[in-house]
Amino acid sequence: MIVLLGVLVVVIGFATKRNPLLVVGVAGIFTGFLGGLSPGKVLAAFGEGFASSRAVTIFAITLPVIGLLERYGLQEQARTLIARFGRLTTGRFLALYLGLRQIGAAVGLTNVFGHAQTVRPLAVPMAEGAAERAHGQLPDRTREKIRSFAASADNVGLFFGEDVFLAVGSILLITGFVNTTYGTHLEPLDLALWAIPTALCAFVVHGWRLLRLDRQLERELLTAHVHHTSAAEADQ
Amino acid sequence: MIKAEWFYWLVGISFLVMAARMVADRSNPKRFGTGAFWGLIGAGFIYSSWVVTKQAPAAPLGAAVLVTAVLAGFGFTGRGTPRTTSPEERTASAARLGNKLFVPALTIPAVALACAVGVKHLSIGGRPVLQEGSETILGLGLGAVVALAVGMAMLREKRITVPVEAGRSMLEAMGWAMLLPQMLATLGTIFQVSGVGGQVGKLAASVLPKDSLYIAVVVYCVGMFAFTLIMGNAFAAFPVMTAAVGWPVLIGHFHGNPAAVLALGMLAGFCGTLVTPMAANFNIVPAALLELKDQYGPIKAQLPTAGVLLGCNMVVMALFAF
Repeated sequence: MIVLLGVLVVVIGFATKRNPLLVVGVAGIFTGFLGGLSPGKVLAAFGEGFASSRAVTIFAITLPVIGLLERYGLQEQARTLIARFGRLTTGRFLALYLGLRQIGAAVGLTNVFGHAQTVRPLAVPMAEGAAERAHGQLPDRTREKIRSFAASADNVGLFFGEDVFLAVGSILLITGFVNTTYGTHLEPLDLALWAIPTALCAFVVHGWRLLRLDRQLERELLTAHVHHTSAAEADQ
Repeated sequence: MIKAEWFYWLVGISFLVMAARMVADRSNPKRFGTGAFWGLIGAGFIYSSWVVTKQAPAAPLGAAVLVTAVLAGFGFTGRGTPRTTSPEERTASAARLGNKLFVPALTIPAVALACAVGVKHLSIGGRPVLQEGSETILGLGLGAVVALAVGMAMLREKRITVPVEAGRSMLEAMGWAMLLPQMLATLGTIFQVSGVGGQVGKLAASVLPKDSLYIAVVVYCVGMFAFTLIMGNAFAAFPVMTAAVGWPVLIGHFHGNPAAVLALGMLAGFCGTLVTPMAANFNIVPAALLELKDQYGPIKAQLPTAGVLLGCNMVVMALFAF
């Protein structure tokens, strides 16, 4: 029962924001000792674990080609692609961004989009611009709402798109962990296929909420304007 | 036959080459620590080939892994100033090349998929072309090599140092985060060797009603969600919850389809990532980047979606995984 304290080390370590590699190292040593392993056996366990889970890190091999393409403007081209949809309403634009983000992540282009790469310089100005075209000057509260939803479109798209790509860290973590620990022969492709139903749900659910944003903004801005006018009348 | 180990050597050699360039980069104030970190990992990748076949002792490799954890954990790694193209050059080049830029990037998944479903069945002289059980991984490796060749030909880039340098600076930018999934998988093995899985399994078996599949599904998914919420990382929650409930109960006792159970369990964890301030780089940093007054703005926008998707994962698992 006492070996469970090792799990506690992981939880506390991550919850108190220690460096994750260090947390894992300490938790591993601690658990090994509690499980009655000798220091040599603990080191060997780390070595065997590392050797058999190398598959998880191999996507590093794609970095040179992605880096090369970025030098030649891969991210800029992704922005140009998104900028073509400037005529849509706020909600429709963000739903489209969600879809693009998901498809991008599903084919392994996780770093082409992102909060710094595309949300701040592009998605937010375009979503706000669309709302301004429809409603004029936006109050701060509305701006906050649009920005929060833009950030959410990026996160939801990334999380529920990347697992469809078969060589992403989370899929390889699953196969690496169970194939080593339980001696199975799980294929990354099978896992990626099982991520598709949830990916579709994510697009439908979050896309629907983004589309609803248009009506919400309309209602909010209408009451804000009424409130504003009646307050002005009261002043007179 | 193309062997998986060859590919690991290629990755190891790339890390070693990049590490050498890191040490030579005077713009990085922590160049020796950074170089040591990736150099040890690169050497470890190659040495591992003999650990797997039990021809070399695993303990020295374990010690090297712990040294990398110390290097990263106490801030001995850093990054240099990358020498790269200016934003203007990139915009001009993107305008010139257009969507052709996506072609090499899309080559990677295309080749990987082709290997995983097609080349898998090819054999020459009765021997498979790709090592059995490693087709997807080899597909990724071949995809990356082909994509690099396509990219360099398309961009008329003749110097191999250009992609190597570009890759190195991405490696420096990601830093230790790149190694985290592998370290967590390693921790999973240690949990298993030390008997954590067995203990949690026993504990779970004594708490869970014996024959209720649905309760077990809920416990696994909500457990992934809750652990991710606390730790801010589904990768860290996965080995814990899988050793406790996922493997012994859902797969062992109820004979669930492992691929379905584990993939959906991980996705239940991702729902937790959507709503936790602990996952700062996804939820809190963007709030700052977008100059929001309410730093929980993105989490509030994600909360209802996360709730619904957690439910979806449980329903899909309960209906189709058994």
